[in-house]
Amino acid sequence: MMRYPTLLAAAFVAVLGIGPVAAEEHGTNPPRQHWSFAGVFGKFDEAQLQRGFQVYKEVCSSCHSMKLVRFRNLSEEGGPGFSAAQVKALAESYQIKDENDKGDVIERPGRPADAFPPLHPNEKAAAAAHGGKAPPDFSVLAKARTYERGFPAFVFDALPFTGYSEQGVDYIHALMIGYGDPPEGKEVPDGVYYNKYYPQGQVIAMPPPLSDGAVTYAKNDKGEPVVPETVDQYARDVAAFMAWAAEPHMMARKALGFQVILFLIVLSGLLYYVKKQIWKRIGGEVHGLQPELHKTS
Amino acid sequence: MSAHATSTYVPKSRIAKWFESRLPLVGLVHSSFIAYPVPRNLNYFWTFGAILSAFLGIQIITGVWLAMHYDPSAANAFESVEHIMRDVNYGWLLRYAHANGASMFFLAVYMHIFRNLYYGSYKAPREVLYLLGVIIYLLMMATAFLGYTLPWGQMSFWGATVITNILAAIPIVGDSIQSLLWGGYSVGNPTINRFFSLHYLLPWMIAGVVVLHVWALHVTGQNNPAGIPIKSSKDAVPFTPYATIKDVFATVAFMIIFAWFIFYQPNYLGHADNYVPANASVTPAHIVPEWYFLPFYAILRAVPDKLGGVVLMFGAVAILAFAPWLDTSRVRSTNYRPVYKVFFWLFVANAILLGWLGAKPPEGGYVIVGRICTIYYFAHFLLVMPLCGLFETPKPLPGSILETVTGPRHTANEGLTAGVPVENANKNIPGGAKPDAVKSH
Repeated sequence: MMRYPTLLAAAFVAVLGIGPVAAEEHGTNPPRQHWSFAGVFGKFDEAQLQRGFQVYKEVCSSCHSMKLVRFRNLSEEGGPGFSAAQVKALAESYQIKDENDKGDVIERPGRPADAFPPLHPNEKAAAAAHGGKAPPDFSVLAKARTYERGFPAFVFDALPFTGYSEQGVDYIHALMIGYGDPPEGKEVPDGVYYNKYYPQGQVIAMPPPLSDGAVTYAKNDKGEPVVPETVDQYARDVAAFMAWAAEPHMMARKALGFQVILFLIVLSGLLYYVKKQIWKRIGGEVHGLQPELHKTS
Repeated sequence: MSAHATSTYVPKSRIAKWFESRLPLVGLVHSSFIAYPVPRNLNYFWTFGAILSAFLGIQIITGVWLAMHYDPSAANAFESVEHIMRDVNYGWLLRYAHANGASMFFLAVYMHIFRNLYYGSYKAPREVLYLLGVIIYLLMMATAFLGYTLPWGQMSFWGATVITNILAAIPIVGDSIQSLLWGGYSVGNPTINRFFSLHYLLPWMIAGVVVLHVWALHVTGQNNPAGIPIKSSKDAVPFTPYATIKDVFATVAFMIIFAWFIFYQPNYLGHADNYVPANASVTPAHIVPEWYFLPFYAILRAVPDKLGGVVLMFGAVAILAFAPWLDTSRVRSTNYRPVYKVFFWLFVANAILLGWLGAKPPEGGYVIVGRICTIYYFAHFLLVMPLCGLFETPKPLPGSILETVTGPRHTANEGLTAGVPVENANKNIPGGAKPDAVKSH
């Protein structure tokens, strides 16, 4: 679907001589992935969101909070589709800070209406525990990250059929698979890691969080794995989960949008016909800049 | 409001007669939106007034609803916006409609301004109408800027910081203006409090000036693609149903684009950085305003001197107000101005290029091109507009609006009249019956 615009983009860039700024400085552009939730009819894949949540819970959540997501969201429509009982059990496994009737600060088991608790009492404590910089909260991270698409690709990104709004999700996936040995001549200081997709100088403080086989996914009825247990797959699943966490009503939005746009197209078609009929009474009207009528010489 | 005194509205029922003799409100609406004579050659560029009114309404309604759930404090603003997105019923729709509604409002206003400049609508006798439009545009810019700071993301915070800092460059009063806006010594909680208050206030001021804008329009009458006045009843059609149905159709069609952005590209016109909560100790890599401010941002950054940049940026908007007196040509429509037409399209291309440059980092070649474009922007108003009118030979204008619709061969007999009485058409449009001053060219 993107073949044509991409080619056109390449041609434009070549003609205008506006090449992208050196990749070494700003990180390499993430490879574009196929997402089930992309496009007009995009839908989240429940199984993928559940796997993604598993990766978040078992790996990412040791450092990254998700303060804006509530446990109940996990069983709401258009999400990972956990059952109410599963969500209740999950919530109870967390301890939530609260006050009792005497005003004492207590910890009680979580309820579905609670949000995922913060990992540190405040931002400063989070930063102090992680070498000076707090790991970002996951709640809206998939919308808070992007990469520059350049002209003219950014124009096609807005349009029907060539639209593209998964830059942030692609970036998160890319970041997970972007670790590796630095190219020759690239100095990587101690305590940080080379990651070719990280925009700031391609060195990141986060150690590689995933490794092949680190998370054991549920098997199917025959005891076979459903998807490979690789870094690439984990990255894909957790990025999809983060896309949902950032936009839990996305499926409702796209479904309603289709109805609204269809309605507006039909309505404007009818209105156009009514307008034609009304203007017919006085012999119709002319449109545009009317160049032929202005040739008065 | 003398033009409305000639309303053809005749109240029928006793209640209507009783009311009309005490407050002629129905007659005012009737003369403004029903019997009002509209040039019959208007194209779709003339529907943006209706589209803009629709968006003012949409922004106010969605805004009032959002304000019921929004918390204008530095500590809670970001989370309250996410609360709207996640927990308020259809909150995501309200917020995306409001955020993208602002962009659509500007898209429509730029089409409206383009139409005005191309067809010379700013020229006599519509100068006051035009100046009111420039004031609306300024108020829109202020409102949009204030609104963009409210989600209190990184771009909100740093946008507010940049803009309030450049105001400090104004001599003598700059520092006072800055601390007044901040409510302290940096952008913080008092700032978001007062920005929210002002963001709620300004749209009502826009609505007030819009009333004056429409009033002025209905005194002078509309310009049209030929740029010549209505001379007979055959040149005009009554506003209802002809303009009404066209406006309704165009507005609904424009809503398709609006809906596309709300439902399928809701964050396309925003910045990813604004989903990062405001943080005074982390500066984003690129601080970029919303797309509709980019040309002015490019002008600001093209000038090496801070005060100079501020002067030119505000000057770029202010100079619009002088267009009626800078343009020496009495021919309104650019269709009949072969030389100016070339310069006009260069001006449009230059403005778009400035917008592109505004999104680029201020370094190397971008700055040099930015300076050239800035000079050209002002040269269009200060050199092209005055000189073109003096040296250009315009094409002959058509004899009447009807002639532009039916062609010069056809005579008035052939054009079917839509039934506006001549006397009425002329009374409602002062100068409408006068000989066209432009003809002498």
